[in-house]
Amino acid sequence: MDAIAVFFWLLAALAVAGALLVVITPHIVHAAVGLILALSAVAGLFFLAGAEFLGAMQIMIYVGGTVVLLAFGVMLTARLTFVRMRTTADQWVIAILLAAPLATILLQSAWAYGHLKSAQLSLETKATKAEVVSATDLGLALVGVRPQVDGVNGSERQSALDQTTRDGYILPFELVSLHLVVVMVGAAYLARRRME
Amino acid sequence: MDEIVAHWLQISATSAWFVTVGVALLQVALLLAVVMTLVAAATWAERKVAGRIQDRLGPTRVGGRFGWLQPVADGLKLLTKEDIIPLNADRILFRIAPYLAFAPAFAVFMAMPFSDGWVAQRLNTAAFFILAVLGLEVFGIILAGYASGSKWSFLGAMREAAQVVSYEVPLTFAALIPILLAGSMDLVAIGEAQRGWFWNWFVFHDPFTFVAFWIFVTCAVAGTNRAPFDLAEAESELVAGFHTEYSGFRWSVFYMGEYAAMAAVSGLGAILFLGGWNGPIPLASILGLTEAVGPWAGFFGHFLGAINFLMKCVSGILFMMALRWTLPRLRIDQILSMCWKYCFPLTALCFVGVTIWMLAFPDGVLGIGHPKTETGEFIVYVVKIMAEH
Repeated sequence: MDAIAVFFWLLAALAVAGALLVVITPHIVHAAVGLILALSAVAGLFFLAGAEFLGAMQIMIYVGGTVVLLAFGVMLTARLTFVRMRTTADQWVIAILLAAPLATILLQSAWAYGHLKSAQLSLETKATKAEVVSATDLGLALVGVRPQVDGVNGSERQSALDQTTRDGYILPFELVSLHLVVVMVGAAYLARRRME
Repeated sequence: MDEIVAHWLQISATSAWFVTVGVALLQVALLLAVVMTLVAAATWAERKVAGRIQDRLGPTRVGGRFGWLQPVADGLKLLTKEDIIPLNADRILFRIAPYLAFAPAFAVFMAMPFSDGWVAQRLNTAAFFILAVLGLEVFGIILAGYASGSKWSFLGAMREAAQVVSYEVPLTFAALIPILLAGSMDLVAIGEAQRGWFWNWFVFHDPFTFVAFWIFVTCAVAGTNRAPFDLAEAESELVAGFHTEYSGFRWSVFYMGEYAAMAAVSGLGAILFLGGWNGPIPLASILGLTEAVGPWAGFFGHFLGAINFLMKCVSGILFMMALRWTLPRLRIDQILSMCWKYCFPLTALCFVGVTIWMLAFPDGVLGIGHPKTETGEFIVYVVKIMAEH
C-alpha cells in the first residue's frame, strides 16, 4: 500500500462521513457543515489524481457556494437559533426508493472497474504531472477558438473538421451564461422591495 | 523532491511510501516554521506600528530591547487563560470553527513559491488554487459567529459574509490581469515573466496594471477583515464581533489565522504584481548566482530570491498595519457600494485596457517593456480567429 492509496481511502472515508452527516443530522447547520466536508474531500480526491484545476474549481464553486448558501440561505431565513428538521417516515420511504437504484448503479460501475489499482494510480499521477498540462486550451475552447484542433497557423486541417468541432464550446457556454442571467433577474425580482 | 530523497537513500520511490509522507511532513514543518515566525513577528510589529502612528507607547519593557519578547509573553498569557464555552453555544461547531478559519490561510502556502522553483507543490493553476482556498476562510468566521449563540457574534459573522463574498469578485478580477500578462496561472511562471529590472514588474507594465494593483491591495485588505474594513470585529459597536465569546487558545487561533491570511495575500500580491522573488536589481544574475554556473551558485541565487520575496511579504504586512492605525472604519453600506460601484467596474475596465495595451504595444513602450510572452501574440491570434467567424 503506497501513500496515494492511504490518502485515497482517508479522503474517501471523509467524503462518505460528510455525506452521511448531511443525511442523518436533524440540525440544518450541521448538515451544511457535513456537505462542505464531503465536497472538500472530493476536491482532495481530485488533487490526489493530479487534476488540480478541477480540484480548485470544486473548492471555488461547490465548497465556496455551499458556504454562501450556509450564510445567506440558512441564517437569514431561520428564525430560531437552532433549526431542527424532522424527516417523516414517508419521506424516508421515498428517499430510499430513489437512492437505492442510484447506489446500485454506482456500486456496480465501481466494481466493474475491478480493483482499485493503487500502484497504477500512482504511476499515472506521476506521468500526468511530468507533461505540461495547461487550462489554456479549455479556456480558448470556451470562447470558440481551438488551436489544438485548428493548428496554430495552418488552415488545412480546419476544412477537414466539421463546424461543431471548430466552434468549441461557445454555444453551450453562452447558453449557461444566459441561464444564469435569467436566474439572477428572477432572484432580483423576487427579492425587490414591494412598493405599495 | 521525493524521488531525489528516495534516490539518495537508495530505495525505490514507488515502494517507499514513507519517503513521500516524510518529505511532505518536512515541507509542512518548514512552511509552518516560516508562517508561525511571520505571525509571531507580526504581533510584535503591530504594537510597534500602532505605537508609532498613534503616538502611544508600544511594548517597551517586556523583555529585551524594543520589547521583542512580547510575542512570547502573549503566547504564555493566551495558553494559561481559562477556556470558556458559552451555555448557548453549539459546542462542536464552536470548537472546530477557529481551526477552520486558520487552515485555509495556512494551506495556501502549499502552492506559494518562495523563490524560483522553491515551492512545496508546483501547481499549474496555483493562482486560482490560492484564490479559491483563501475564499474559504470566511467559513470558519461565519461558523464561529453562528456557533457562539450570541447576537454580537452573529451580527459580525453576517457582515463578514456580505463583505468577503463581495470583495472576492474584484480581487479575482484584479488577479486575472497578471495571469493574462504572463499567459499562465502557474505562480512560478508568473514570477519568471517579471525577471530583470524592477520596470519589468507587472505593476509598472502599464497604467492599467498600476490601477489594478491598488485595487488588489484594497480588496486584499478587505478580504482579511483588517481596518478600515474590520466590520466583522467592529470593536466599538460589536464588542469583538465574531470572536466575542472566544478566549484563550481558541481566540489565539483566530488571531494566527488573520496574520497568516495577511502574509498569504501579501505573498500573492508580491508574486502577481511586484515581481515575486525578483529584486528591483537583478542581483543574482549580475553576481553570477544562477543554475547555469553551478548547483551551489544556483542555491544562493534562489536564497537571495527567497529573501526578496519575504521582504516584499513583510512590507505588505507592514503597509496593512499602517493602514489599520491610520484610517477610520467604514460603514457596511459604504464598504459594499465601494466594492460593487467602484472596485468591480474599475477592474473590469483595467482588464479590457490591459488587453488593448497588449494589442497596441506588443513590445512595450520606450523599449523597456516586460520580457515578451506569448500572450500578446495569442490575443492577436484569438481576435483574428473570432473575426473570421
